[in-house]
Amino acid sequence: MRHFLTEEQQMIVDICRQIVEEKIIPQRAEMDENEIFPTDILKEIGKSDLFRLFIPEEYEGMGTGIFEVCLVTEELSRGDLSVATSYAASGLGFLPILISGSEEQKKKFLPLLASGEKLAAFGLTESEAGSDVSGIRTTAVLDGSSYILNGTKQWITNGGEADIYTILAMTNPEKGARGASAFIVEKGAEGFSFGKKENKMGMRASATRELIFTNCKVPKENIISREGMGFIIAMKTFDRSRPAIGAQAVGIAQSALEEALNYSKIRKQFGAVISSFQAIQHMLADMAINIEAARSLVYYAAKVIDSGDKNVSRLSSMAKVFASDMAMKVTNDAIQIFGGYGYMKEYPVEKMMRDAKITQIYEGTNQVLRNVIALDMIKRGVL
Amino acid sequence: MVKIKIIVCIKQVPGSTEIKIDPETNTLVREGAGNTINPFDSYAVEEGVRIKEMLASKDSSVESDTDVEVITISMGPPQSEEALRETISVGADRAILLSDRAFAGADTWATANTLARAVKKIGSCRLIIFGKQTLDGDTGQVGPEFANRLGIPFIGYVSQILEISKNKIKAKRLMEDRYETIEVRLPAAISVAKDINVPRVPSLRGKMKAKKVDIPVWDMKYLEVCEDEVGLSGSFTQVIKIFTPQIKHEVKIIGGSSEEQAGELYHKLKELNVV
Amino acid sequence: MYDAIKITGGKAVIDESCIFCGACIEVCKFKSIKIVGLDEVKEKDFSSYSGVCVFLETNNNKIIDVSYELISAARVLADELGVLLSAVAIGCGLENNLGEAFEYGLDRLYLVESPVFSANFDDIFAKALVQVISKYKPEIFLAGATSFGRTLIPRVAAILNTGLTADCTGLEIDKQKKILLQTRPTFGGNILATIITKNSRPQMATVRPHVMEKKKIREANTDYREKIECIDVDETKFKTKYKLVNVEKETSENINITDYDVIVSGGRGLGSGDKFAMLKELAELLGGVVGASRAAVDSGWISYPHQVGQTGKTVNPKIYIACGISGAIQHLAGMQTSDIIVAINKDPGAPIFRVANYGIVGDLFEVVPKLINRIKSGK
Repeated sequence: MRHFLTEEQQMIVDICRQIVEEKIIPQRAEMDENEIFPTDILKEIGKSDLFRLFIPEEYEGMGTGIFEVCLVTEELSRGDLSVATSYAASGLGFLPILISGSEEQKKKFLPLLASGEKLAAFGLTESEAGSDVSGIRTTAVLDGSSYILNGTKQWITNGGEADIYTILAMTNPEKGARGASAFIVEKGAEGFSFGKKENKMGMRASATRELIFTNCKVPKENIISREGMGFIIAMKTFDRSRPAIGAQAVGIAQSALEEALNYSKIRKQFGAVISSFQAIQHMLADMAINIEAARSLVYYAAKVIDSGDKNVSRLSSMAKVFASDMAMKVTNDAIQIFGGYGYMKEYPVEKMMRDAKITQIYEGTNQVLRNVIALDMIKRGVL
Repeated sequence: MVKIKIIVCIKQVPGSTEIKIDPETNTLVREGAGNTINPFDSYAVEEGVRIKEMLASKDSSVESDTDVEVITISMGPPQSEEALRETISVGADRAILLSDRAFAGADTWATANTLARAVKKIGSCRLIIFGKQTLDGDTGQVGPEFANRLGIPFIGYVSQILEISKNKIKAKRLMEDRYETIEVRLPAAISVAKDINVPRVPSLRGKMKAKKVDIPVWDMKYLEVCEDEVGLSGSFTQVIKIFTPQIKHEVKIIGGSSEEQAGELYHKLKELNVV
Repeated sequence: MYDAIKITGGKAVIDESCIFCGACIEVCKFKSIKIVGLDEVKEKDFSSYSGVCVFLETNNNKIIDVSYELISAARVLADELGVLLSAVAIGCGLENNLGEAFEYGLDRLYLVESPVFSANFDDIFAKALVQVISKYKPEIFLAGATSFGRTLIPRVAAILNTGLTADCTGLEIDKQKKILLQTRPTFGGNILATIITKNSRPQMATVRPHVMEKKKIREANTDYREKIECIDVDETKFKTKYKLVNVEKETSENINITDYDVIVSGGRGLGSGDKFAMLKELAELLGGVVGASRAAVDSGWISYPHQVGQTGKTVNPKIYIACGISGAIQHLAGMQTSDIIVAINKDPGAPIFRVANYGIVGDLFEVVPKLINRIKSGK
C-alpha cells in the first residue's frame, strides 16, 4: 500500500508497473535459468527516463531524490531482482561522481547515465576485502599524466556490461584507510579486462564479474576529488544507496506475498481453500505486517536523506538490515505456503528466496551494519 | 520550412471484450472496467514515432527533427481524449479529438469520411497509419475506405517498413502465405499488424507532457461536413438486431492419471486417423 | 450497447457513446425510445438492381477456395430471390481455370483479362469491379474476407457509395423485404449483430474463408464457356499506383497455420518459450503445426504468424489441441469452429472446456510427453 504519492511519483510507479507486467515477468524464468543479462529491458527503462531519477536537472536528469529511486527499485524488484539490481548498481556507480566529482566530470559523465545510454558499476570489493574495505590491495600510482592501476576487483555487479566504473584503489597504502582514492575508469581502457561471469545462487540474470587491472592507464583527471578521499566517498555513497537495497528487499517480499496469497486462495486441501486455515492466515498476516513495516522504514530513510540531513548512516543501515532480513523470512514463508509446489522451479517463489538472500550480504553485510548502528548510538545517543 | 506530418488514427475501445448481453435489459454486461486504446493502434502509434525518429536521424533532406510531426487523431465521444493523451506519453507530438453528437452511430464509411475531412484540414499529411482492426468492430475497413476518399494508395497488414523518405514508402505486408514488398509514392495510408514493432512504455517526460497538453476538439462545424456525410445519417449500413450466440456444447472430460489421460487421447486421435 | 444510457434525476439520458444499435428500443418497458431521422429518408428505387454476384479471387491464376465457398452460399441466396448468380474474375491467363466454378452453381461469369491485372492491386481491381458492377447492377455482391479482399472490397464500396459488412458468418434473405440480412460477430464473438444495407446498392458483404461450406451441385462439362462474358477494359485507364518489388514465400516464419489440419496450440500455461519445443514435436508427429494464444505471442515465446484468435488468425482444422490455454473469448473467436477441440488445462473452470469436445484436466507437462511417447511407440 502506498499513500501520499505525488502525481509525478504515481506516474513513475505506473511506468515501472507496466514494464514489470509487460517485459519483466514473462521473461524472468528464462533469464534466471540461462543467466541472460536484461539488456533490452534496461534499454526500455532508459527510454522511459527512469535513469534520469538518479541525476539532478542540471545534468539532464529529473532527479528529486533517493525516494523516487527507491520507488523504482522496489517496483522493478517485484518483477525481478536482477533487473532492479542492474538498475540500482548503475546508479551506485555514478553516485561518487555525483557526490564528489568535479564540475567537468559531472558534465561529462552524468548525462550518459541519465539517458540510459551507458551503465555504470562500483568496484570496491576484492578477494581479501569484503566487509574490511581497508584491506583492498589494488594500487594506483601516479605516472606523469596518468595513474597506473594494478589489482583485481571481485563480484562487481554490472561487471562487463557497464561502460563506466568507479574504482577504489590505494594511492598511499601506508596510510591505511586514509590512503585510498576513487577513480573513473572507462571500459576499453588499456589494461582493463574482465574475469569470468560468476555462477550464482540467485540474481542470476545480473552480471557479476571480476575486474582485472594490469598496468591500466587512467587519465589523471579521472580521479574523483583528491587522493585519500576514497573511503569517505565510498561511505557517503553507501549511506545514500542503502535504502535502495531495502527497497529491493521490500519489492521481492511483496511479490512473494502476492504469489502466496493468490495460491492460497486457489489451493484446496481437506475440502477447503488453504487461505481459510488459521495457520496460513497468520503467516500471511505476519508477512504483510513486516513488509509494510520495512516499506515505511525504507521510505522514511530515503526521505531523511533527501531532506539533506548529514547523519543518515544509522537510519539507512536500519532500513537495509530490517528489510533484507524480512525479505528472507517472507520468501521462505511464501515457499512454505506453496508447500511442495513451492520447491519446484515451475513456480516462481523458490527463485524469489534465492534472490532475496543477497540483500542480506551486499552493500554491507547485516552484521557489519549492526555494528554501524550500535556505534552510531554509542557516539550520538539513541536520539 | 515544410513540416512532414505523420497522422495516426486511433480508437478508444472497451477495455475488455469479455461481454454478454443481459437478456432483460438487452445491454452489455462487461467484465473488466474502463476503456483502452485499441491494441493494434498502439502499434500504429509506435510505428509513427519510430518513423519520425528515423527520418530525424538519417534522411539528409530533413534538417532537424522539428520537421517531422506525429499527430494522433480519434473520432469518438469525449472520453476518447484519455486514449489520445496516452499517445502523447509514448511520443506523439500532438493530438486532436473529432467529436460531435452527429458523429454517433457512424459505420466504417462515415467514420472514414470524417477522418478524411480532418486529415484534409490538418493539411500536408504524408503518411497516415491505422491499426489493422479494432477490438470491437474488427472489420479493418476504415483504412481502405479512408484511402479511397483521399485518392491515395493503401498498404494493409504492414509487418515492416523497409524504406521511407519524404516521397516514397517501401513496406512489407503479410498476406496469407507470403510476404509482399510494395512501394508507393507518398502521400499514402497503411495499416499495421502486431509483428511490426514492440510498443514502448511511456516515458516520465511523456506522461508529464500528456497531462498538460491541450487537445483541441473538432466538431462537425469546424470540419465543415454535412450531417448526411457523417454519423448514423452518413452510414450505409445499419444494425437491426444484436443477440448472443447460442453455443450448445457437450464436453467429454477424460479422467484418470496423466498416463491414462494420455492413453485415451492417443486412442481417440488414432480413431480420427490423425495418428 | 455502449452503456450510453444513464439515469439522472429520474430520467433516462442518452449520451454521445450511443451507436444507435437499437438494443434499447425493444427492451424499454415504456416504449419511449425511438431513433428519429431514419424512416424519413425517402426509399430509393432499386428495381434496376437484380442478381447476386461474387468476386472470384485468384492466386497464381487459380481460383481460391473461399470463392467457391461463396458461390455455394450465393447460390442459396439467388434461389431465394429467384435471380441469377454471376461472378467476376479479374486477372491474366485465367481462362482455362474457370470451369470448376460453374460446378458450384454459377449462371454466368464476367471475365476481365489483361496483363495489367497480373498482380493483385486494389486500385485497378477496384476500378474493374466498379466497371462491371455499374454495368450489370447486381443487388448483392459478395467477396472473400482475405487479406486482399479486405483492402479491395472497401475501396469498391467506397467508390460505389454503398454499404459493406465485413466478416459475415451468416447471410440470409428477409423474405418480406427481399433484402440481405448480414450477420457478423463483434466484441470477439460475444455478440452477433445482424446488419442491413440501407438505401444503397449493391448490398456488399465479405465472408471469411472456412466459414461457408462449398458444395458442388453440377457435373463438370464444357458448355460453361458459353456462360463466360469477356469484358473489355481500356488499359490506359488502369495504371496502378503500386509497385510490387518482391514476394517471399512461406518459410517457417511466414507460416500460414490456417492451411493445416492439425494445430497444437500453447498458451500462458506453458510458462516460457522453450516449452513450445514439446508442442512442436507433438504437432510434427501428427502432421500439423504449432499455434499460440495471444498471451504466448505477447510474452515473446513464439512469433505472431502462429497466433490464433481475434487479433491473430482464424483457423478451423480437423483437430485443435489447446495446451495451457484458458480460452478467453478472443481466442475462442479464432478456433471455435474447429472440427474437434481437445483442451488440456490444470484449471477445471477454464472457459476452453466449454467449447472442447474432449477435455483433460491435468498437467500438460505430464500428459503431452506421455502422449508423444505413445505415438512414437505406436501404442
